[in-house]
Amino acid sequence: MNTLFNFLFASIKAGTPLLFGTTGEIVTEKAGNTNLGVEGMMFMGAFMGFFVACYTDSLVLALLAAFALGVFGALIYAYITVSLRANQVVTGLALTIFGSGLANFFGQLMIANYKAANGGAIPKLSERMSAILSEQPIPLLSQIPVVGKVLFSHNILVYLAVIIAVLCRFYMKRTRFGLDMRAVGENAAAADAAGISVTKVKYINILFGGGICGLGGAYISLIDGGGVWNNNCVSGKGWIAVALVIFAGWKPTMAILGSLIFGAFTVLQFYVSKSVIAIPNAFYTMLPYLITAIVLVVTSMRKSNKVMQPKGCGVNYFRESR
Amino acid sequence: MCEETKVNENGDVAIKLNNITKIFGSTVANDSINLSARQGEILALLGENGSGKTTLMNILAGIYLPDAGSIEIFGKKVHIRSPKDAINLGIGMIHQHFKLVDVHSAADNIIMGNKSEGIILKKKRYKEILEISEKYGLNVEPRKKIYDMSVSEKQTVEILKMLYRKAKILILDEPTAVLTPQESKNLFNILRKMRDNGCTVIIITHKLNEVLEISDKVAILRKGKSIATVKTSETDALKLTELMVGKKVTLSIERPISEHKGNLLEIHHLTTENDEGVKTLKDVSFSLNKGEILGVAGVAGSGQKELCETIAGLMKVKKGAILYKKENIIGKSPEEIIKMGISMSFIPEDRLGMGLVASMGMADNLLLKRYKNGKTPFVEKKEARKLSYELIEKLGIKTPGIDTPVRQLSGGNVQKVLLGREIESAPNVLITAYAVRGLDINSSYIVYDNLNEQKKKGTGILYIGEDLDVMIELCDRIMVLCHGKVTGIVDAKDATKEQIGLLMTDAFGKEEDDDEQD
Repeated sequence: MNTLFNFLFASIKAGTPLLFGTTGEIVTEKAGNTNLGVEGMMFMGAFMGFFVACYTDSLVLALLAAFALGVFGALIYAYITVSLRANQVVTGLALTIFGSGLANFFGQLMIANYKAANGGAIPKLSERMSAILSEQPIPLLSQIPVVGKVLFSHNILVYLAVIIAVLCRFYMKRTRFGLDMRAVGENAAAADAAGISVTKVKYINILFGGGICGLGGAYISLIDGGGVWNNNCVSGKGWIAVALVIFAGWKPTMAILGSLIFGAFTVLQFYVSKSVIAIPNAFYTMLPYLITAIVLVVTSMRKSNKVMQPKGCGVNYFRESR
Repeated sequence: MCEETKVNENGDVAIKLNNITKIFGSTVANDSINLSARQGEILALLGENGSGKTTLMNILAGIYLPDAGSIEIFGKKVHIRSPKDAINLGIGMIHQHFKLVDVHSAADNIIMGNKSEGIILKKKRYKEILEISEKYGLNVEPRKKIYDMSVSEKQTVEILKMLYRKAKILILDEPTAVLTPQESKNLFNILRKMRDNGCTVIIITHKLNEVLEISDKVAILRKGKSIATVKTSETDALKLTELMVGKKVTLSIERPISEHKGNLLEIHHLTTENDEGVKTLKDVSFSLNKGEILGVAGVAGSGQKELCETIAGLMKVKKGAILYKKENIIGKSPEEIIKMGISMSFIPEDRLGMGLVASMGMADNLLLKRYKNGKTPFVEKKEARKLSYELIEKLGIKTPGIDTPVRQLSGGNVQKVLLGREIESAPNVLITAYAVRGLDINSSYIVYDNLNEQKKKGTGILYIGEDLDVMIELCDRIMVLCHGKVTGIVDAKDATKEQIGLLMTDAFGKEEDDDEQD
């Protein structure tokens, strides 16, 4: 039983960066832009979050910086696709390549500079920072049997991800701004005719979505990285997030469940005893991607028009086009 | 809202357009147009295709920016830079293709973009919308999603959206194109009510009888220029057409009698299903004879599209048989069907979607259907170019050149290219869907003449149409579809519009079991 609880606990932990990425991409897509640069924005956030955490020793500043760099990545994307009306897919792919290159380049540079200044030591998060980021049981709630351990004994960023997802759902479903944004994503011409500024709404949501992706990157470098910088740390999680958007049916609250399931596949190998089924580790590593492919096939077979990609996705809006 | 505005005896000037000019590339869409409309008046805007009506109204609605000229609204000079500016000035436009978000409810479509709603959306918005709709005598279900609505319901939502925004000037672009006669009457009653409350209504329509029925004044545009504004009470259909076309015309459609006899196409118990397993055609049976124009009437979405696509081999058939010269064509590919001589000229709402390749020129589009007949592996461009010039001459197509992407032509001209190509392939069966949708009087008559010419050659024509007046004059028989079922096939010679209108809503049929509808 204990193994099962540990497995669930680890699944949540592994699923959190996916949740950030998925929420960010949902916000972007609901405003009518498919941003395939999630991986790139997560990379940018990962580097910036780690860099600032390392040099300022402040978690708040690190998260703000990661968010800001995610916004920066999204700004490049938004300018090219919304203002210049270039192809969204190509721009997103370029952003992914750019972001990963940027993070790895500055990551190496940071290590080299740090080594030169500190006599060969590599940059590490301070013990104080590690303590803040460590898993802490929430008083009272964590006392609840089973649930307390699985749900309420996590590091602080896990709760942040869930809160953001729930708030985004509220924003999209229950506020006027959310309604305007969904209208822009579904039918930009209709939104425009109703007096909504399509450009403004798109920019705001793309940037916001990018910022959330950046936070996902920071989670990877601060929590998963074990206190040091690893090149290529995001390693495809951004792509899984893009697929999870479809799985979640463009609902951030469903993304919580989706990211949990995908987190579970990521950590499965550590919880299935080799003595039970002997499967090579490589298979487990492949599993999340395999599942992603299967999920995409299955969800694409849905025929209802209730759970579909916002119709405006991939189409840039130009009012005077004939 | 409208009733709050005081109306003078004569009505104050609501809109005044001075020398409005709008240029797209090398085309002058509006050439110093002057137009004015008063409060409490219905103005009909009349003109051929490409005469700049929609462009002019789009300028008022803030979709296009004028290149020159000035606009005065209620006596004040204004600059309309965006739809938002237009809304703030009390201008609301109902576009030909509704600007509604399909997956949202009626209420959400009405309130979207409205600052006064507050930040959090409240449940009581549904009740408020219902109250407003009842106040105007409109029938809108606030929670109903747009994709579940009929065309006229969608239009009602659009109207309510404008009323909710307190529009004092309402512009409607071909609002009756997709309505049944009964629905049009209803719409006109609403418009009259708004006029009596002091609103200004501008309506674009090609149907002259409607212009005469509803409007107080008619403004006529020709080739981007304002020609005249006349009082409706002092004019008639012939005078209006002459102003519009710029020359004398006769307004009657002939119905030649074909000497060809015999059965061409027989449809037996045809049933089709859409992706969700809903029946789109239910047990449809009819026959098409040589040298006959068989009209198909029905509210949009009654199965016309499915009928066309199944005959052309684009859609799977659930049950039934389609016999062409006694041979069942179900299961044959579109190419095989074309080779047998069934040519389909299908003009869907999305004009450039199915018929033509939007980014290619006219000549290349003609080649698409011809290249297979070529003797060499190379395409024979010369032939296609020659044919293009012939068609331009014959159908009066307005295009800067035969290599100009067809996307850049006006809607009516696009249709002419498509129809010209289909007729040129000398088919035995011609299927036309909405062949004259959006075409002006003059172009429409060219199309009718061409269809009649085909008919005389013995071609069987399936004419999916909208304008019942025209169908009664042009067709030999009219088949009426309602919810995918044939509700009647009548002889056009002694059919009345009212009779067909009732068949369109299946008023004679038994109560429809609605389980299959969703």
